[in-house]
Amino acid sequence: MSSEFAIETQGLRKLYGDTVAVGGLTLQVRQGEVFGFLGPNGAGKTTSIKMLLGLVAPSAGSARLLGQPLGSRAVRARIGFLPEHFRFHDWLDANEFLTLHGELYGMGKERLRLKGRIKELLDLVGLAPFEHKQLRTYSKGMIQRIGLAQALLNDPLLVFLDEPTSGLDPIGRRLVRDIIHDLRQKGTTVFLNSHMLSEVEITCDRVAFIKQGEVLYTSQLKGLIDGETSVTIRCSEPGPDTLSGLGQLGKNVRADGDTITLTVSEEAALPAITRYLVAQGLDVYAITPQRLSLEDLFIKVIGTDGGL
Amino acid sequence: MGTWIIARLTFREASRRKIALTGFLLGLAFVVLFSVGFFYINQQRLANMPFQSPIPMDEYYNTITLAGLYVVNFLIVVMAALVTADTLAGEISTGTIQSLVTKPLRRSEIVLGKWLGYAILLALYVVLMAGGILLSVSLQSGYHMPNLLGGMALMYLAALVVMTITIACSSRFSTLATGGLVMGLYGLAFVGSWVEQIGSLANSPAAVQVGIVSSLLMPSEAIWRRAAFEMTAPLSRLVSFGPFSSASVPSTAMIIYGGLYLLAALAIAVRTFSRRDL
Repeated sequence: MSSEFAIETQGLRKLYGDTVAVGGLTLQVRQGEVFGFLGPNGAGKTTSIKMLLGLVAPSAGSARLLGQPLGSRAVRARIGFLPEHFRFHDWLDANEFLTLHGELYGMGKERLRLKGRIKELLDLVGLAPFEHKQLRTYSKGMIQRIGLAQALLNDPLLVFLDEPTSGLDPIGRRLVRDIIHDLRQKGTTVFLNSHMLSEVEITCDRVAFIKQGEVLYTSQLKGLIDGETSVTIRCSEPGPDTLSGLGQLGKNVRADGDTITLTVSEEAALPAITRYLVAQGLDVYAITPQRLSLEDLFIKVIGTDGGL
Repeated sequence: MGTWIIARLTFREASRRKIALTGFLLGLAFVVLFSVGFFYINQQRLANMPFQSPIPMDEYYNTITLAGLYVVNFLIVVMAALVTADTLAGEISTGTIQSLVTKPLRRSEIVLGKWLGYAILLALYVVLMAGGILLSVSLQSGYHMPNLLGGMALMYLAALVVMTITIACSSRFSTLATGGLVMGLYGLAFVGSWVEQIGSLANSPAAVQVGIVSSLLMPSEAIWRRAAFEMTAPLSRLVSFGPFSSASVPSTAMIIYGGLYLLAALAIAVRTFSRRDL
C-alpha cells in the first residue's frame, strides 16, 4: 500500500441524470498531510468524498486510495470516516456501538485490544462517563464525538472528516482541532471537508477549492497566508518623495492624509519600511499588516455567487 | 464473518423495536385466545359425546387447529413484511448505512446478514405461534396434526418468501413504497388463490390458470395452501372447501418454484444493493 499519495484522483466525475454533481475532480493528497477540501454548498464536496469511499460509483474517471484502486476492502480496513450527517444505530450504548464498529473493522478477534482501544477513545473524546448510555439520549455534540471515536477505532492511515465540527461547541471544536493535530503527529493523512474556514486555516497543510466539482485552486496554506500582505501605516503626513521611496519597498502605495496603504510580498519587509519612514523624519504611530484570511481567499477564488 | 455480525445486529435491533415486540405480544394474545376458545369447544363436544355424529373427533380438532394456523400464517406474513420493509430503505434514507458500508465488508454481507437476522426472528415467530397452537391442542385433547413438521416448514417458507421479496424491494425503493408494493403483491396472491379455488370447484380451468399466474407472481399464499393441505386430516381432504384448506392443491413444483423465487429475490436484493449509490 505504499504510495507517495494517500489520495490520487484523475477526472473523477459524477452525473445524476443530466445534473453534474462532480465535474471532474483531479487532485493529489500526500501521505501524512492534513488536507482541506473547500467549496460552497452544492460544490460536490460530499459526493466527491462518497465516491472516494465507495458509497457512490463514479460516472467517469479513476482514483486510488493508499495506492489501491477504489473499492478495495483492504484499504477500507485502514480508513476512518465521519459522515456529514452522522446517523447510526441509536439504540446501542457508546460501548456497544464502538464494539460493533470495531468488529466490523475486523478487530473482534482481539477482544482485549479492542476493549483497550475503546476505552482510550472514549477518554479522548470525553464520553467515558456516558459509555453505558444509549446513543439516542446523546446531544448533537456528543454524537459528533462518538462518530469521531468510531472513525479512529482502527488507527487509520487515512481519515475522512466531513464537517467534523458541525454541532460542536467551542470546546468540542478545540477537541477536534487537537485530535487532528495528534493525527498529523502520528503521520495520519486527514481529508477535511469543512465550512469553518478559520479552523481549516489553523489545522490544514494544504487546501483545495472546488466549485461545481472541479478543483479551481490548490495551495499550500502556509505560503498562501504568509504571502502577499496589505499594510496600513499611520504616521505624520508624508511628502511625495517619501511615497515614491516607499514604492521601492512595496506595491500599490497610496496615501490619504496620515494613512498610507501598500502591499508587500512578505511580512519580513515591515522592519525595513519602519526604518525607512523613521529615517525620513516621520513619526510612525502604527504599522498594521492586514493578512489575507482564508475567507478572503475563498471569496476571491470562488466568487460571491458561491457557484450557484 | 461480516454476515454474522450484521445478522446479530439485525436480530438485536429487531427484538428491541416496538413493532417486533407488538407482533410477538399480538401472537401470544392470539395463542391464548385460541386456547380458551378451543377449551370451550372441546368441552361442548365432550359433553355431547353420546350423541356424536359419525365424523371422528379428530376431524373437528384438525379443522379448528387449521383455522388457528390460518390466522398464525396471516400474522407471520404481515410481520415478515412490516418488520423488514424499513431495514435497508430506512438505513439508506437516514444515512446509517454509510458507516457500515465504508467498513471492510462486502455489501452482500450486509444484505445476507440482515436476511439471516430476520430469518431467525421469523423462525421464532413460527415456532412460538404455530407451536403454541399445536401444543395447546395437543395438551387439551391429545390430538396431533398430521405432517406437523412439514407443515410448519412450509409456513416458514411462505414467511421467508414474503420477507425476502420485501428486502429486495427495500434495497431499491423507500420504506413506504416497499410496504405498498409487498402488500399489493400479497393481496394479489390472496385474491388469486380464491379465484383458483372457486374456479376449481366450478370446473373453470381459466380461473385456475389466473390463480396459478398470481401464485407465480407471489407464491406465499400457494405455499400456505400446500402447508394446510399437508396438515389436513384424511377425511377432510375429501370434502374440503374453506379458507383453511384447499380445493385446488398447489403442486410440489409450485413449492420448488417458491424456493427458487426466494433465492432469486435474495440475489436481486444483493445485486441491487451492491450496485446502488448510497
